Amino acid sequence: MTLTTTPNEERGTQMRAPARRRSTLRIWKKRLMPWLFISPFIILFMVFTLFPLLFSIYLSFQEWNPVAGLSSMEYVGLYNYQLALTDPWLWKSLYNTVWLAVVSGIPQHLLAIPVAYMLVSAVRGRLRHLYTATMFIPFITSTVAVALIFFSIYSTNAGILNQWLLALSNLPVLSWFFSWVQDAMPIRWLTSSDLLKPSIAMVVIWKYTGFNIVVYSAGFLTVSRDLYDAAKVDGCSRWQQFWHVALPMIRPFIFFAVTLTIIGNLQLFEEPYVLTQGESGGVAQSGLTASYYLYLVGWQWLEMGAAAAISWILFLFIAIATGVHFYFNGRKGLGEDR
Amino acid sequence: MKKYLLAGLATAALMGASAQAGDLRFDGFPDFDSHLEVLIPQFQESHPDINITYQMNQHADHHRRLTTNLATGSGAGDVVVVDVSFVGSFINAGGFENLSAPEYGADLMQENFVSYAWDQGKGTDGNQYAIPVDIGPGVMYYRRDIAESVGSSIEDVIKSWDSYIEYGRKLKEKDVYLIADAAEVAQLIIYTTVKEGEGFYFDEDGKPLVTSDRFVHAFTVAKQIREEGLDAQVRAWTNEWYDGFKNGTVATQLSGAWLLGHLQNWMAPETAGLWGVSNLPDGIYGSWGGSFLAIPKQAKNKKDAWEFIKYLTSTPEAQLAGLKNIGSFPVLTETYSDASFDEPLEFLAGQKARKLFAEVAQKVPAVAPRQGDLIADDIVLRAALLEVLNDGKDIEAALRDAERLIKRRVK
Repeated sequence: MTLTTTPNEERGTQMRAPARRRSTLRIWKKRLMPWLFISPFIILFMVFTLFPLLFSIYLSFQEWNPVAGLSSMEYVGLYNYQLALTDPWLWKSLYNTVWLAVVSGIPQHLLAIPVAYMLVSAVRGRLRHLYTATMFIPFITSTVAVALIFFSIYSTNAGILNQWLLALSNLPVLSWFFSWVQDAMPIRWLTSSDLLKPSIAMVVIWKYTGFNIVVYSAGFLTVSRDLYDAAKVDGCSRWQQFWHVALPMIRPFIFFAVTLTIIGNLQLFEEPYVLTQGESGGVAQSGLTASYYLYLVGWQWLEMGAAAAISWILFLFIAIATGVHFYFNGRKGLGEDR
Repeated sequence: MKKYLLAGLATAALMGASAQAGDLRFDGFPDFDSHLEVLIPQFQESHPDINITYQMNQHADHHRRLTTNLATGSGAGDVVVVDVSFVGSFINAGGFENLSAPEYGADLMQENFVSYAWDQGKGTDGNQYAIPVDIGPGVMYYRRDIAESVGSSIEDVIKSWDSYIEYGRKLKEKDVYLIADAAEVAQLIIYTTVKEGEGFYFDEDGKPLVTSDRFVHAFTVAKQIREEGLDAQVRAWTNEWYDGFKNGTVATQLSGAWLLGHLQNWMAPETAGLWGVSNLPDGIYGSWGGSFLAIPKQAKNKKDAWEFIKYLTSTPEAQLAGLKNIGSFPVLTETYSDASFDEPLEFLAGQKARKLFAEVAQKVPAVAPRQGDLIADDIVLRAALLEVLNDGKDIEAALRDAERLIKRRVK
């Protein structure tokens, strides 16, 4: 027995070493493979997201005129932040940003929720898809194209908006209601400081309501018919069904859509930029949003460091606003208390 | 697999290497492409070994791209166009070749150029960094038919700003506006009545000048025009601006020589023969726009780039071709005696306007641009001025605020 087993054992020990090596190789392969598969994303993320992010932090502590080349950077500590926080235009632009976020944000949802509810409860099948798709079109249209079209709609003398108002004021029935139009003409939608912001808000509402309708339609579709039936049995009116059944059920969707609106609206750039023709935010900077201002500082005034600091201030601002929203609406919104 | 990869890399490397010799890239914005299309073959007749390509982007995109190229030190063409509004910020930042250096010797060319344009391409250190390639001598375009209808002669109108405004009052009775935008008057006065030794916005020590009389006067005249309702309150480059030219609801427009081409080609071709040009009001000589050529330090083929720049800017045939092809006005004074300057222009009712443009070009005072000009431009012309005109803000207060903002930003 012993004679026959020893060579086997010896062979076994001889065999074991390369086998172990092969198995560690296999383990490494196993470990590395997933990384290899996701490496395209990771590389792209590092190059196009992580690096710019870190670089802009670095940049915000430097004074840098990009035209002078990378070597001209000069460390200035917190100077850019100090300059930004005492800058009247930055405060003005933050105020404008909040104003526009609120005035263009709230109506989007007040319009989208009832429209979505009506679509889901009253319009069936294909027709509903057609309506939803139609209302989604503004969202996927290029913002610049949209803003350019609104630019001519708002045009003072030839613009269709003023022409319509004039026409309405001349109609026999409506004339008493629109009598103010004649005195107010020509209304300068884009070149007077008190009308510019509402005009921009109109464009934003028009463009993003459709997106919210799609979100809320999806939300209302998740509400089970049984709940409505039960409510009906309990004698709920249509309004009560909406208010007490449908609306509470889509809370997570409201939370989601409002979060997107907060973040999106606080980053508003293209609409005010095109509507003011890129002229430093329109009359009295009333259309200057924070993103617009940091673009102006970085690309027009060639102060990249200061622009980077403004962008981080804007980031903090958005983070805080979203944080507040999460704190107050988060748990309820995400449906955790149910 | 590896072999193919290596072979691919090798050919790529070879192609990269072969792209160097004699190749030249010109970065600019339209209409430079239509100009180059004609001129490159002509240039190559005498320089057959230089192969020129060009890359065109829209005006704003081109300058944004150039900014990125200079920031990262790569990607710029061998010859780049820089618009006059950007030239001050760009040439003083150190990204361009010093063309006064002996290997270029730009200073020898100076006397052939319109002097104010030449000086705009000069850095604050006195060296030449950019060579002017076209300019926009400032004139007043006016509707002859409108002037006749109120019985005014244009010589009387342009005597002073008061007579100009008086003309506006006469026009108002006929429901015609004097000018599209009163802000342009303020801009003109600010840009053209600069005292010797001053910059547009800063004095020699870099102190802002925006509360000086020049600015107060400019704002006052513009405000008077606006308050009396003499301007159409229409911004340039909008549909309503073009409509004003087409319908004859605006009687004058202050602009550069280049506006003529736009007017007759697409803005208001049907108004041919109704227009005239005159000197600017109040005896002012000024300019609108203009482009410069420069060589980035990162350029690979500087020698040939300089040859091409010299060809484009300092040979009369290239300069005159620019006038014919794209209506860009020459910077080379010797071209002004060319026969084409005596041609009567049909659009202007037979006026020999190019003579006037040339005369204006040689009288425009030189003001060297400074690095902070772009910021001051935004703060004064696009912020303070509009607050005064559209919102009725007090002039002195607006200028004081502007000064404070500029001081914060520009050191």
